[in-house]
Amino acid sequence: MSAFTVIAKVSGAVGKCLLKRSVAALIAGLLACSLTSAAEPGPTPADPPNSTLADPSPEQARELLQSDRFRRLAAELRCLVCQNQTLADSNADLASDLRNEVLRQMSAGRDDTQIKDNLVARYGEFVLYRPAYSGRNLALWAGPAVLLALGAFLVWRISRARRTSASVVVDEAQLKRVDARLNDL
Amino acid sequence: MRSLRFILPALAFAVIAVLMLVALISGRDPKEIPSPLIGKPAPAFTLPLLAQTDQSWSPDKMRGQVWLLNVWASWCAPCLVEHPELLKLARAKTLPLIGFNYKDEPGAAVAWLDKHGNPYTTIVADRNGRAAFDYGVYGVPETFLIDRNGTIRYKHVGPLTVDVIANKLLPMAQALAR
Repeated sequence: MSAFTVIAKVSGAVGKCLLKRSVAALIAGLLACSLTSAAEPGPTPADPPNSTLADPSPEQARELLQSDRFRRLAAELRCLVCQNQTLADSNADLASDLRNEVLRQMSAGRDDTQIKDNLVARYGEFVLYRPAYSGRNLALWAGPAVLLALGAFLVWRISRARRTSASVVVDEAQLKRVDARLNDL
Repeated sequence: MRSLRFILPALAFAVIAVLMLVALISGRDPKEIPSPLIGKPAPAFTLPLLAQTDQSWSPDKMRGQVWLLNVWASWCAPCLVEHPELLKLARAKTLPLIGFNYKDEPGAAVAWLDKHGNPYTTIVADRNGRAAFDYGVYGVPETFLIDRNGTIRYKHVGPLTVDVIANKLLPMAQALAR
């Protein structure tokens, strides 16, 4: 066994070990994420009940409906009945109620974060199309990057293995043996 | 190295298979959204009674009692599915059952109760669904279990079943009433 094959074997073993570790960490992370997502704490509804908010006047409502801000908000909030549609897209009864709720909160002078928090406190983080950057969502946000890095590492390992196996050193004795075999045929 | 090339895809497959299996056998309904309101005070509201609209009712009246708030409507078909269970629950008289009539025509709601029976001790009417918003209601029926201090302890989305009542609601209510 040449010095190189020893090194290759050792590095292979180290790589394998590293890979196993990272895969194990990934599995653990994903499992932990899928298990904890069932019980999300969410912010407290500290603000007064929304049913006390006043309706905007028809003119005000029209103006708000056409504002970019409303469109942006409605595109970022999920309709809970038709789960893959935003408040802006959905024709569901509930979506129109929630749009009105957003309008009322806008006319009451609440900012985007307050409005979103208000909905999250009632419906959970699920209403947000863009999940918050939080420790709980770490696997969600970091997962793709981790998988990409893992894939890149694998590609690098495999391509390196191919390159080294292509430049295998064959000694004279081996060549002669092969030659003799071929001549025998 | 060679073996790694065979093991890795198999390993990746196994990981995905296990995750999918966990999701499959956990029996979690993806339509059921975990409520952030569990452990939070039940939102306050003042709503008129369904039959006597000149009288109003608010959840403060239930302070000191463990009770159920059942969101229903006459236009809601799954409400009819759970209705026999609610009637049974009402006959047992173990838990006060407050009806929360959601975005309904009062006439239709009263006619529905006349036809199918009334399990509720009190019924409030939320015609525009504004109070329901504070409870994070997104589909009827929904049922909330509220404790003596007015804290929401449990929420069930969809029709109540014998199993949920016997194994979740009643044991929880009994533990809370102790």
